[in-house]
Amino acid sequence: MNKPQPPAYTTSAISFSFWPFIGLSLKREWLLVFRNRADIANPLIFFFSILMFVPLGITPDAKVLSSIAPGLIWIIALLATLLSLDRLFVVDFENGSLDQMMVSGQSMFWIVMCKCLVHWSVTGLPLTLLSPVLGLMLSLPTTAYIALMASLLLGTFVLSMIGAVGASLLVSLKKGGVLLSLIVMPLYVPVLIFGSGAVNNAAVGLSVTGQFAILGAMVLLAMVLAPLAAAAAIIISLRNH
Amino acid sequence: MAWQWFHRLGSPKWFYEKTSLWLPYLSIASVLLFVVGAIWGLGFAPEDYKQGNSFRIIYVHVPSSIVAMAGYYIMAVAGAVGLIWKMKLSFVVMRCAAIIGIGLTFLSLFTGAVWGKPTWGTYWHWDARIMFTFVLLLLYISIMALHNAYAKNDLADKICAILALVGTVNIPIIYKSVDWWYSLHQPATIKITDESTIAASMAYPLGIMVVAFYALYSLLLILHVRAEILQRERKTSWVKNIVLSVSQKR
Repeated sequence: MNKPQPPAYTTSAISFSFWPFIGLSLKREWLLVFRNRADIANPLIFFFSILMFVPLGITPDAKVLSSIAPGLIWIIALLATLLSLDRLFVVDFENGSLDQMMVSGQSMFWIVMCKCLVHWSVTGLPLTLLSPVLGLMLSLPTTAYIALMASLLLGTFVLSMIGAVGASLLVSLKKGGVLLSLIVMPLYVPVLIFGSGAVNNAAVGLSVTGQFAILGAMVLLAMVLAPLAAAAAIIISLRNH
Repeated sequence: MAWQWFHRLGSPKWFYEKTSLWLPYLSIASVLLFVVGAIWGLGFAPEDYKQGNSFRIIYVHVPSSIVAMAGYYIMAVAGAVGLIWKMKLSFVVMRCAAIIGIGLTFLSLFTGAVWGKPTWGTYWHWDARIMFTFVLLLLYISIMALHNAYAKNDLADKICAILALVGTVNIPIIYKSVDWWYSLHQPATIKITDESTIAASMAYPLGIMVVAFYALYSLLLILHVRAEILQRERKTSWVKNIVLSVSQKR
């Protein structure tokens, strides 16, 4: 993390000013995502299909389900995010786009940030919007719906950011998959604790201010530090590959 | 001039030659500390009035937990030094610290489980410290697995150093959040004896065992680093000379 941002290779790059550059990056990521729509749909389908195992494997009893629903929905959301991380940087690494971005003279920090934002908007955001349906199917107590959605809104953003660090570490490897999960899962522990903690508290009618304050702090911390680490890992991979 | 020693430390050859001189002293010191600490702790420290003799596993459990946690920072600092000053040796230390860390964390979990059975009545109970040690084990394993996934050592070293640094930022957060998680969790019926009120007659041998574990850790780390250096520098002439001189003596 102490590693300073290495300078870009060229000094005479065509210089975009900051906001047009961000706009172009976001537009590019959006276009790419929408031309591979299956990649967006798969984590969402996973989100729902794993649901049928819960009554089959544990119990269909609504009372039991409603007591474990907060944690369960959070774990499922976490796994769905994990599944979607695999291709975050690999395609751009293999077809050389990341090389071009590095020599463009723009900061890798913001390139990674744009990728994370778009990734979150097609995984975390839809998961958040669909989560009430999951809550309904697992008979989540009605008091917890707002906390569920709000905690997922903040939490999945952190999950995307931390996941981007994991994906960037494996960018030059052909086989990411299980190793990516192994790397990212321990780092997800705090998010899960506070995310499901908020929903659990709301379900029994306790205050959730503390959990949301900490989730918000995690969002800010992840925004500052995660792209830094991911950018450093990507640049190292590009230079040593 | 003042920084010369620092840059010399980065040379694998210098390290190998220097540690050859240190090794005998370090080995003797750690064996002595171990013998004294173990005999005092296992033989002469008084029996616990509640737990009887089963408390004596503290002399392995607590030192291994302490050193396992400190080991993560040793690993991360070594990785940072490698990234900043581009020192090859530092990366070797990082990789070896990860391997030893896995062993120590596992030892800590294992002795904890063995201790838990007679005192808590169960091998495993999800409390904050066990959860944290478990996460620590996973963090160590992920560094190891990441390093093994890469074919080229220099790329693997730098990538692992970044993961180690990410872990360093996360460890305090994980530690506090696990603590917080457990304090909200339904408290268990199991009572964990308070460790801060340990009698002095039990604490002295414990202190010696902690120092002994640190000494053993340094010894293992140096031995491991030396082996890894020979492996990585096997094409250089000084390694060939060492290997030849050893085989000629035989």
